[in-house]
Amino acid sequence: MSAGQLPRWVDLGLIPFLNLAAAFLVSGLVVVLIGENPLDAVKILVWGSLGYGEGIGFTLFYATNFIFTGLAVAVAFHAGLFNIGGEGQAYIGGLGVAFACLALDHYVPWYVTLPFAILGSAAAGAAWALIPGWLQATRGSHVVITTIMFNFIAASLMGYLLNNMLKEQGSMQTETRTFEAGGRLPLLNDLFPSFGFGYSPVNLSLFIALAACVLVWLLIWRTRLGFEIRSFGANASAAVYAGISPVRTIIVTMLISGGLAGMMAINEIMGSQHRLLLDFVTGYGFVGIAVALMGRAHPVGIALAAILFGMLYQGGAELSFEMPNITRDMIIVIQGLVILFAGALEYMFRPAIVRLFTPAQRLNPKEA
Amino acid sequence: MSETPAIELRKINKSFGPVHANKDIDLVVKKGSIHGIIGENGAGKSTLMSILYGFYQADDGDILVRGEKVSISDSKAAIGLGIGMVHQHFMLVDNFSVLENVVLGAEDSQLLAGGLARARTELKRLEEEYELRVDPDALIQDLPVGLQQRVEILKALYRSAEVLILDEPTGVLTPAEADHLFKILEVLKNEGKTVLLITHKLREIMAATDTVSVMRRGEMVATRETKNTSMEELAELMVGRSVLLRVDKQPAEPKAPVLEVDNLTVTDSRGVQVVKDVSFNVRAGEIVGIAGVSGNGQSELLETLSGIRRATSGTMKINGETIDLSASALDAADMRDKNMGHVPEDRHRMGLINSFAEYENSILGYHRDPAYSKGLLMDLAAIKKNAVAEIEKYDIRPPSPMLKTANFSGGNQQKIVLAREIERDPEVLLVGQPTRGVDIGAIEFIHRRLVELRDQGKGILLVSVELDEIRALSDRVLVMFDGRIVGERGANAEEGDLGLLMAGVEDNNTQAVQGDAR
Repeated sequence: MSAGQLPRWVDLGLIPFLNLAAAFLVSGLVVVLIGENPLDAVKILVWGSLGYGEGIGFTLFYATNFIFTGLAVAVAFHAGLFNIGGEGQAYIGGLGVAFACLALDHYVPWYVTLPFAILGSAAAGAAWALIPGWLQATRGSHVVITTIMFNFIAASLMGYLLNNMLKEQGSMQTETRTFEAGGRLPLLNDLFPSFGFGYSPVNLSLFIALAACVLVWLLIWRTRLGFEIRSFGANASAAVYAGISPVRTIIVTMLISGGLAGMMAINEIMGSQHRLLLDFVTGYGFVGIAVALMGRAHPVGIALAAILFGMLYQGGAELSFEMPNITRDMIIVIQGLVILFAGALEYMFRPAIVRLFTPAQRLNPKEA
Repeated sequence: MSETPAIELRKINKSFGPVHANKDIDLVVKKGSIHGIIGENGAGKSTLMSILYGFYQADDGDILVRGEKVSISDSKAAIGLGIGMVHQHFMLVDNFSVLENVVLGAEDSQLLAGGLARARTELKRLEEEYELRVDPDALIQDLPVGLQQRVEILKALYRSAEVLILDEPTGVLTPAEADHLFKILEVLKNEGKTVLLITHKLREIMAATDTVSVMRRGEMVATRETKNTSMEELAELMVGRSVLLRVDKQPAEPKAPVLEVDNLTVTDSRGVQVVKDVSFNVRAGEIVGIAGVSGNGQSELLETLSGIRRATSGTMKINGETIDLSASALDAADMRDKNMGHVPEDRHRMGLINSFAEYENSILGYHRDPAYSKGLLMDLAAIKKNAVAEIEKYDIRPPSPMLKTANFSGGNQQKIVLAREIERDPEVLLVGQPTRGVDIGAIEFIHRRLVELRDQGKGILLVSVELDEIRALSDRVLVMFDGRIVGERGANAEEGDLGLLMAGVEDNNTQAVQGDAR
């Protein structure tokens, strides 16, 4: 029995909006409990993230990361796979970016380095997802378990590599040397000075992320591979019946998913840090899960959800600065509530809305 | 008889979202009678029984048990009121003994021993009273389905059920086992129990019940004394118009074999041989039916031939090309390339992706066809055009290719699958349970379409557990029992004869087997 079909604007607009409203309402109550004025808090959060050029810049910078990790989770979702290894895949993706930049930055301008950095990050991220994907496809080891284990392996591996191989000689910092201009993406503030992005790190990667949204949309809904991925995710036995190989589908999907997660490193490493360093992913991989859930695994939804989470990151930082009672942890509580209402409680409002939008007298007898 | 009815339902209503599954249902079930409830899939029979057994709560309406208004909040309450249910899918623990299963949930105390001893005595009494003989110490997994069902009945009686609900009880039984079940029901009736028999099979209603109520689209449309009605009348009441119960067809004119299966053996994931050294052929222009009780290897046979499952050994020759069915690289796409279509037994599990739109389902399995691609992308316009053409030709309703297939009725879903497989012009079509859960109107259409395909000179292999369907459509019938083909009969096979074969009774008519099967 299907839940009944809702108008698209209700399904894609009203329900997420209600979920979000509920999340903010509960967050507001928490703020009241702490003893602050929730309206003031909202004002600071919104102004901090959207009120001025530099704030917008930071919001978009964070959003860029979330788009990549969100798309990574979403592509896997469509195949019924829960890739929670975005964290590790993005971390290893940093290796690919760093190798391209370290190798080329002395000799060529950034736009020559960029394609190599994209390929390198995607290949490294994909490689990190390959083993969990292969294990799932051939041995049935659940990707949720293996990808999260690979997050830890990635952390240890990167620690080892940075400490013992990639660190500059004689330096105490566990990081590579800083890239030259040939390994740095232009900041949007330099490209579009009139927007006044100020010192924010938002850079060209934003457009790469948006292009990835379009490509993922095309992949999922307009290609045969996407059809096979969705078929497998929606009904694995029907996919086998249709001659779709589960092994191939799982592995290819995990490669694409890992590749997208890996590309997040372009924004962080080539766009902002200009060097490979320890722990640069700091949770973006995990938040990508929430972004994908909230964006309902659709690129447009993911872009919007990524901006929302970018706002929470940036506005939240401002908020904890302006209202010392509200710590960064509080922001994590709000994020948690958004995830709770948008993901876990996604169906809370749905039945009532279905009743509201479907005329009751329409008889539709099927397998009751 | 004018005593208080065992069960009385008054104006029962139940909706699931926009679906009104039960509309103002009235039902009176006399004590000590066998009352049949018949209707197509989705007519609301199961919903109604679930309300009576406490799985669902009615939106409004009254339930009276022995004249008293009751509210049944869960199955425990139903059992307390003396209502027992034998589910379509048995609720038994396979590696428990009969005794343990009977006691399960009614242990009486923390320590098992006392309860088990009491149950053993009680089972003995029930056995004698109702002629329900089962070894109390046998493990469920060692019992044939017919006996497992008997354990379900014993479970209900052990809980002192006065009213017994049986939901599609014969789906898994051989005709002989079904007859035996009806005898048991007769005994129960004579002992004063009341039986509610839910089924969509007209023959069973005529054979076993005293009274029959017909449901259609969530409404109770009629109640008849069984002896005063006929199959034709009931069919008409179920569908709402008169229907043809038989298939009109000319005798087959078979030509050369298009599909030859040789020494096929299939082992399932538990290591059990489910298809044992099976050989047969299908010729162009004939329908070969595979009869058998569900679970005797037919499903695995179909899945192996269609490339979904790997054989242990055996080959298949299709259009003169020999294929090793145990080759590990083989998949369903290869078989489609060999011009073999496949209508799978379970359209929900395999044939359709119900969260996909109709047009997407209309190319499932054929999505690699270059006709549906434009460069790197899929050619949605071409796909939709094809879907619309199939919708028109097969009268699929509603005619909207963008609608998810979950929102089509069973018959229309089946037509979507059938259209997809037949319109690719296969040389061989494998068909499993083509009319399971399909309304009678669509059954007529589907049967006609299959016969048409046969008349175009294609070979059709039909697997069905509905003996009536096998007999109506097949030009040759092969009977499968325990993974083997145990007999072959011609187009006019008798039901009793097939029934014996299906039950594994040795075939003495060996000549037919050697004559036609390879």
